[in-house]
Amino acid sequence: MSNNNLFELKNIAKRFTKGKETITIFDNLCMDITSEHFIAIMGPSGSGKTTLLNMLGGVDRPTSGDIIYEGKAIQSLSENALASWRAANIGFIFQFYNLMPMLTAAQNVELPLLLKKLSRSERKKKIDAALTLVGLADRAKHKPDELSGGQQQRVAIARAIVSDPKLLLCDEPTGDLDRTTATEVLQTLQLLNQEFGKTVVMVTHDPAAAEFANLQLHLDKGEFIEQHKSESAA
Amino acid sequence: MNLLTLIRKNLTRNKLRLTLNCFAIFIAFMLFGSLGAIKNAFESGVEVAAADRLMVVNKINFTQSLPLAYVNKIRSIEGVKHASWANWFGGYYQEPRNQLMTFAVDPESYFLVYDDLTIPEQELSNWLKDRQGILIGERIATARGWKVGDRIPVSSNIFSQENGSSTWEFNISGIFRPKNPQTDTSYTLIHYKYFMETQIWGGDWIGWVPLNTEDPALNEQVIKAIDSMFANSAAETETATEAQFSKAFIEQVGDIGFIIMSVVLSAFFTILLIVGNSMWQSIRERTNEIAVLKTIGFTAHKVFSMILAESFLLAFTGGLLGLLAAWALVIAIAPLTQSFLPALVMGKSVFFAGVVYILVLGFITGILPAWQAMKLNTIDALNRR
Ligand SMILES: Nc1ncnc2c1ncn2[C@@H]1O[C@H](COP(=O)(O)OP(=O)(O)OP(=O)(O)O)[C@@H](O)[C@H]1O
Ligand SMILES: [Mg+2]
Repeated sequence: MSNNNLFELKNIAKRFTKGKETITIFDNLCMDITSEHFIAIMGPSGSGKTTLLNMLGGVDRPTSGDIIYEGKAIQSLSENALASWRAANIGFIFQFYNLMPMLTAAQNVELPLLLKKLSRSERKKKIDAALTLVGLADRAKHKPDELSGGQQQRVAIARAIVSDPKLLLCDEPTGDLDRTTATEVLQTLQLLNQEFGKTVVMVTHDPAAAEFANLQLHLDKGEFIEQHKSESAA
Repeated sequence: MNLLTLIRKNLTRNKLRLTLNCFAIFIAFMLFGSLGAIKNAFESGVEVAAADRLMVVNKINFTQSLPLAYVNKIRSIEGVKHASWANWFGGYYQEPRNQLMTFAVDPESYFLVYDDLTIPEQELSNWLKDRQGILIGERIATARGWKVGDRIPVSSNIFSQENGSSTWEFNISGIFRPKNPQTDTSYTLIHYKYFMETQIWGGDWIGWVPLNTEDPALNEQVIKAIDSMFANSAAETETATEAQFSKAFIEQVGDIGFIIMSVVLSAFFTILLIVGNSMWQSIRERTNEIAVLKTIGFTAHKVFSMILAESFLLAFTGGLLGLLAAWALVIAIAPLTQSFLPALVMGKSVFFAGVVYILVLGFITGILPAWQAMKLNTIDALNRR
């Protein structure tokens, strides 16, 4: 089983110091993320969900403990090495899509590819594939302000998957969407998980959204207090 | 799309801001280019001055006269090769605004001292024979379209003749040309003798004595010898190299260089503040996007370079357009300033200095925002919503 782990978090502590005050978010958190799972993380506001995602994505570091990705500890990599590691392995999806307003959908999707040595036609192929997968091939030339919220989030998903990472980290990807569009976005994530073998870790407040995952974790006071396998999946 | 396209799109995303910034930079560099050309034109006399040429003027100031007898005394001083003399005529053609700088000179010795000018043998001897002959510089011949043999009226705004007229008629005997194209030839030469005999102030006085030394190394020695020879006389002299003289002349006009540089520097600092502030603001507005780029895998260095490149792109767009406009402007006004600023061109040196200032501008306005973006903590930025 542990061979199948994409991530292993060992004895993670995370503290923030503000002046004399120290806030402990995690004291001794352990967690395994199995390859090709779709995990939903739920929990009250301030429980550390975003902090956890950021550590997984290598944009934040634990105060102590190991974050092991495919057998390699990443928490001690340099900033530059982490950046390249992210470019190769991680796709981020945010609540507020964070698309660049002056770029078209296709150009937004292209951003991660600017870091790779690819020919124009190779890039175009990947962009087309990513946009087709999220069902927006016909909107490639549109700018974000010409797209609905759900469409913008799907462009963001295309941007996250275009360089074919193993892991998608989603921080409340449907937090800003109505039920119908949220469902479309969640179905897209599910498709990526089931058909393309992407591991998905999604933070959400919405129990209905969590139902799309095959494992639900509840985070409170720095610990996972409850695990729940969804019936809908696996 | 490539990185450069992304940088360009970032720069052009706010059209109004881009236009205002570009315009401010454009104006500053147009000022820099055109005023720089004017400054150079004023100072060009210093640059092309012959190293071995000295000027002797009245110590009180250069508009006061000297006795003609000084010339022979100066010629006897050791180290003096040739000496000549000249007087200001203050000429204009038909209307006072058409200035025609004219000197009344000694025809026999003038070209011995000004050996950086050439004139065809035949034209020189024609001039020597014709009391009413006038030699015109190549620049004047080109600007006015005058030819050898033309008869032209030249008026003086200082002197007049016995009949009350202040206009003299001259025959163009020849055209003198410079050996170094930068040397100014926008003046004309008439016979000192003819001038003295026809103007009504009389006397054997002269304006100044140009001379050259056997060797520039002797300049100091000759200067001292001349000035001490006439010390404590009725007309004390002040001798200086031609370069110093041109410079002193410029300083009399007002320290043009200083004024121009002050204008240019204040313009430069103004745009530094305007553009720097606006770059800073535009990066702050993009905090989230920069954080996203970093999560995507853009390294801090890449983000830093992209923003610095953006400010260089802005500086170059506005700056090069400004220099180009200055160049066109200088070409357009050069004919109008021909009479008092003959060497008005925007040369390479001004252009390259401009490019250096563009680089400085791009660097200073970009470095802080770029640094800020490089140091930006992704989590803080994304949590800021
Ligand atoms: N950079 C930081 N400095 C100090 N404290 C921080 C920082 N980032 C997060 N925290 C604190 O850590 C705790 C966990 O924050 P986090 O954003 O992970 O919560 P969350 O579970 O994602 O909450 P929400 O559901 O509201 O998004 C909060 O109390 C927050 O104030
Ligand atoms: Mg959060």
